[in-house]
Amino acid sequence: MAFPHRPDAPELPDFSMLKRLARDQLIYLLEQLPGKKDLFIEADLMSPLDRIANVSILKVRSLSLRSCPSFLFEQLCFLVRPRIKNMRYIASLVNADKVAGRTRKYKVIFSPQKFYACEMVLEEEGIYGDVSCDEWAFSLLPLDVDLLSMELPEFFRDYFLEGDQRWINTVAQALHLLSTLYGPFPNCYGIGRCAKMAYELWRKLEEEEDGETKGRRPEIGHIFLLDRDVDFVTALCSQVVYEGLVDDTFRIKCGSVDFGPEVTSSDKSLKVLLNAEDKVFHEIRNEHFSNVFGFLSQKARNLQAQYDRRRGMDIKQMKNFVSQELKGLKQEHRLLSLHIGACESIMKKKTKQDFQELIKTEHALLEGFSIRESTSYIEEHIDRQVSPIESLRLLCLLSITENGEPKRLQMRIYGPEHLLTFSNLRRAGLLTEQGPGDTLTAVESKVSKLVTDKAAGKITDAFSSLAKRSNFRAISKKLNLIPRVDGEYDLKVPRDMAYVFSGAYVPLSCRIIEQVLERRSWQGLDEVVRLLNCGDFAFTDMTKEDKASSESLRLILVVFLGGCTFSEISALRFLGREKGYRFIFLTTAVTNSARLMEAMSEVKA
Amino acid sequence: MDCYTANWNPLGDSAFYRKYELYSMDWDLKEELRDCLVAAAPYGGPVALLRNPWRKEKAASVRPVLDIYSASGMPLASLLWKSGPVVSLGWSAEEELLCVQEDGAVLVYGLHGDFRRHFSMGNEVLQNRVLDARIFHTEFGSGVAILTGAHRFTLSANVGDLKLRRMPEVPGLQSAPSCWTVLCQDRVAHILLAVGPDLYLLDHAACSAVTPPGLAPGVSSFLQMAVSFTYRHLALFTDTGYIWMGTASLKEKLCEFNCNIRAAPKQMVWCSRPRSKERAVVVAWERRLMVVGDAPESIQFVLDEDSYLVPELDGVRIFSRSTHEFLHEVPAASEEIFKIASMGPGTGVFSKESQKADEYLREIQELGQLTQAVQQCIEAAGHEHQPDMQKSLLRAASFGKCFLDRFPPDSFVRMCQDLRVLNAVRDYHIGIPLTYSQYPCQLTIQVLLDRLVLRRLYPLAIQICEYLRLPEVQGVSRILAHWACYKVQQKDVSDEDVARAINQKLGDTPGVSYSDIAARAYGCGRTELAIKLLEYEPRSGEQVPLLLKMKRSKLALSKAIESGDTDLVFTVLLHLKNELNRGDFFMTLRNQPMALSLYRQFCKHQELETLKDLYNQDDNHQELGSFHIRASYAAEERIEGRVAALQTAADAFYKAKNEFAAKATEDQMRLLRLQRRLEDELGGQFLDLSLHDTVTTLILGGHNKRAEQLARDFRIPDKRLWWLKLTALADLEDWEELEKFSKSKKSPIGYLPFVEICIKQHNKYEAKKYASRVGPEQKVKALLLVGDVAQAADVAIEHRNEAELSLVLSHCTGATDGATADKIQRARAQAQKK
Repeated sequence: MAFPHRPDAPELPDFSMLKRLARDQLIYLLEQLPGKKDLFIEADLMSPLDRIANVSILKVRSLSLRSCPSFLFEQLCFLVRPRIKNMRYIASLVNADKVAGRTRKYKVIFSPQKFYACEMVLEEEGIYGDVSCDEWAFSLLPLDVDLLSMELPEFFRDYFLEGDQRWINTVAQALHLLSTLYGPFPNCYGIGRCAKMAYELWRKLEEEEDGETKGRRPEIGHIFLLDRDVDFVTALCSQVVYEGLVDDTFRIKCGSVDFGPEVTSSDKSLKVLLNAEDKVFHEIRNEHFSNVFGFLSQKARNLQAQYDRRRGMDIKQMKNFVSQELKGLKQEHRLLSLHIGACESIMKKKTKQDFQELIKTEHALLEGFSIRESTSYIEEHIDRQVSPIESLRLLCLLSITENGEPKRLQMRIYGPEHLLTFSNLRRAGLLTEQGPGDTLTAVESKVSKLVTDKAAGKITDAFSSLAKRSNFRAISKKLNLIPRVDGEYDLKVPRDMAYVFSGAYVPLSCRIIEQVLERRSWQGLDEVVRLLNCGDFAFTDMTKEDKASSESLRLILVVFLGGCTFSEISALRFLGREKGYRFIFLTTAVTNSARLMEAMSEVKA
Repeated sequence: MDCYTANWNPLGDSAFYRKYELYSMDWDLKEELRDCLVAAAPYGGPVALLRNPWRKEKAASVRPVLDIYSASGMPLASLLWKSGPVVSLGWSAEEELLCVQEDGAVLVYGLHGDFRRHFSMGNEVLQNRVLDARIFHTEFGSGVAILTGAHRFTLSANVGDLKLRRMPEVPGLQSAPSCWTVLCQDRVAHILLAVGPDLYLLDHAACSAVTPPGLAPGVSSFLQMAVSFTYRHLALFTDTGYIWMGTASLKEKLCEFNCNIRAAPKQMVWCSRPRSKERAVVVAWERRLMVVGDAPESIQFVLDEDSYLVPELDGVRIFSRSTHEFLHEVPAASEEIFKIASMGPGTGVFSKESQKADEYLREIQELGQLTQAVQQCIEAAGHEHQPDMQKSLLRAASFGKCFLDRFPPDSFVRMCQDLRVLNAVRDYHIGIPLTYSQYPCQLTIQVLLDRLVLRRLYPLAIQICEYLRLPEVQGVSRILAHWACYKVQQKDVSDEDVARAINQKLGDTPGVSYSDIAARAYGCGRTELAIKLLEYEPRSGEQVPLLLKMKRSKLALSKAIESGDTDLVFTVLLHLKNELNRGDFFMTLRNQPMALSLYRQFCKHQELETLKDLYNQDDNHQELGSFHIRASYAAEERIEGRVAALQTAADAFYKAKNEFAAKATEDQMRLLRLQRRLEDELGGQFLDLSLHDTVTTLILGGHNKRAEQLARDFRIPDKRLWWLKLTALADLEDWEELEKFSKSKKSPIGYLPFVEICIKQHNKYEAKKYASRVGPEQKVKALLLVGDVAQAADVAIEHRNEAELSLVLSHCTGATDGATADKIQRARAQAQKK
């Protein structure tokens, strides 16, 4: 269980440097404004900030943007994401001050970068001259030893729905930072339009500043960039690996989770950091949920046995025990009871028949059988009005796997704004329509025969943006995503990455990564790439230098543009264990099906 | 050796002064220097002469002429002066010529006589005219100090960042001061002026009278004053022929000297060097030059011609119509070696050529002074002007080095390199007579290169870079970039040729910014050339601003998009928005989807109306529809407004051929109206509820009829209605109504949900009622739910369904259901037998 890495598995680079860098920069920025100041921190930045700097380090009064501002000092500092909404809020504060005849010093620190549009708004609101702007280039937060998050959940909606490319530059800069700190990446692969753009921008940055990274030994041998829209299916599935399940149930936020009273079995909520430092969690995070309980009870017995050792100890041994082991045991005890509590809570919520039915339906959809039953299950789900988000998710899953909604399922009962949600989903390619899509392909293939390749590519782009088609079934067959099951799939001893979905489905994204790494290129995957509508956007770039050590060649940085799920992380960790790789994950944000749907829905605000 | 020290003149006991020729000038001056305004830049800089500056007539033939020469007298530029009368000339630290006009305007020219810019010293100066002006240098740059006709001073400490400062008035000042100068102390510029026997110090706040300590009595006027190059020392020349020398702070006297010449000197400058042994002042009259210091005797020279003194960091340059000389204190190292009867170790090494060399050398070695001797030779070589002498000294050093075990070679190597560079720039054709104390001790190689570039001596500069192996970015490419900027100004060459020539030379040299060169080309009015050059610029971020400036916004937009930098795109967009009319702007956007989506995002938050216009322009009815839907709940408050917005949306959807959305929107309108009516009639909150919630609310409120009516009106499918009612009634715990409802007709959703919901509400009794009615496929489940394991087992056995059997079995708890479990096992066994 746990993490029995092969003995030759490479060491992970130390990412805590990123934290130090960000912290030092922030302190420097704040010291630019000497004296006492009020610091406004946007709610979204609070948790990431908490992970790198103790707020007390800042030694300033910080207020959340939402809370009603009560000023103490003559200096105001705003720490915000570059959003127009925030600019307007700041403008209203500053203008209110002006009306009241108060003069203050204002400083806006944008994280991770400043956008021209924001300055524009400040200017339009007439306060550009009153505030000074700065950038806090805090784009990479190490959530765990192998997980870096940019904490930009809006990336998904901004890029995949609105076609807004501004975050791509941020990604490129983050990659640039990584390559300056940890050496160049000798092998690069990627798939997806955004991946390609980010990659090219990053390359440009490297060229402009070359000389710095030259000659450095690469620490990380491969980098793989992947767009979320290459694989929506995996992200839409219910997660059954422990960490994913905790995320689905309690929502892990910035690497920590709030366990409510029903978990802590006290009347208080508890905020718990979930990472490799939590010994208990570390051992169960990647396990299928069905194993977790057994593991935990075994662990509990072990713990008891260790406690029991103290009987029959003489004084000296006892002293030793108390001073050395007891603290560790107590800590472990505490964690163990927490996770057992969490498990119980999950069981209560999930192991009702509903959940099993749900999983069964999902698997049926993935495997492509008994579509009618699944459809009527979804219909019933909608009829029962359990949860709009869940219903939407199932609809999307159905639509992608079946390449179109078999029947228009009315959602209007959830309110008119969901009409917009639907159009959003369609635009992002999460919902596809059967009819027009097929005719398009026909037209497309005719057109592409007539004109040159390049033009055809453009036309294909145009068409695919009109109606993204999903070829999930064909891809699934090509990549063998549904493992052939003979007999019971033993979830205790997983055979392949499918274990993260109870052995029913190998995550598409992970399979692509596995295949490309095996071949060291996209060779032989042309058909898959075409089916993914990524003809122009799959790339490989290898430098011929042999400076990379064999150790570094087994370290792989996987970049998920638009977010990745814990299931994918678990699956790749498993793959790494099997093949002697270590994967490092860089994601714009950790996501799950509910977050995807929420990002797409229009809500009254 | 005797001949070598022939030009050494002792001053006092400790120091020698020597004067040697730098160049013989062939500038072919027609006038005497005294008829011209003269300005010579320090650090071997250029010389500017303004002929006929005082002629008032406007006749072209006698207009003033401004000539610029190199220090060796090579003409660099000559131009006819067409502006107002000039009071003073001076060079800035960047080697720009500042010409102070009588009206207070300062005209700035380049080394080649190219006009750069001009600025004014303020209104006060303009009104009172300029009486006198000085250009001075501080660590901030070059400043200008002006004495106006009203005897007031105005100064600016840095002409690069012009801040005028008007100095306070000197009380009782009726006539111009007899002499004045700018002092720079504690990074602030002061003015010291002499009025009759009094000295005044002006700082920006006050005017204070000062007295130099130890000043000889009987002074009735000061004729001349001089500040040293570093502003540390001050010399005053009085009408009694007495010279006072002291610190510039006027706190300490160094020495005094009485020269007994009462005539005002033409010029007086300090002559010292860093770590000088004996500071001295050089005083020049028409035909006489005197070096005075702390010694009873002065050194005197006769001047054959009209001469001009240029103070330098380590000496004084003296040029006249025919020669250019350098006067300085003999550096310690040279003195040690060459002084007659010198006992310095360096002497021994240097005299190696004499027969006694060996003997000397051994002597020095025994004394353990050989290292010092070698160092002295190396240093002395640096201070020599003649390459021959440099060579002999270096040879001596190299010879001495052979006898040393571990003498680090770098000082020797570096000296050789520095001398090479120095000799190259001192060359007659280049004419920058720098000394070793000036370069590399004071000026850096970067500054030297800049000066060469300024003189358009690109090949020499590049050779120096290559010789010194400077990194490309600091050296060669910087010079090439300057060359290119110069090249684009050659108007007689065609755009293509210039662009090609530049690209050939520069290629992809790192550190060269094509956009800077293009900007220069644009500055010269060569837009086409600028665009061609920009093509070579690899960084789009650099291309865009210039393209915008050149009004090539559309090109700029595509470049910005290419760069992938959204901020850049946005900059161009806003530029375009102001530049084009709305229609054209939208058309441009239409062809650039990336820019379009960016702009849409912005509009969504800032300019909703523009967003609508954008969709209208594109006939994007689908999005228009969505837009109005959003407006219907986000922007509109009143119900009529909301319905109207929805109507517009529906129309748009019809145009977009999206019947489904259109119908849905119309339904929503109906629902809104209806909800309004419900609120009016029944009270409570209905608005903004979904259809489903509306019906639920009605049922919960006991308005079953209404609810059913609504369901019929909106054609809610049967199944959904049943679910809805079931949930609502169970929530109400209205079991009676629920039962009635269940019997109203055959349930389209079966009866299992009834059982489930009752169990959920912990009503087993009610649940059992429905369990019997559950269809056969779900019967087992239902029975298990109500806890009737035995019956469930019976049904399962009847069904002969293996899955059901195991389900029931899993529900069997050991104690109570033992019999049932056995029964199932038996049934299983039987089934297997068959």
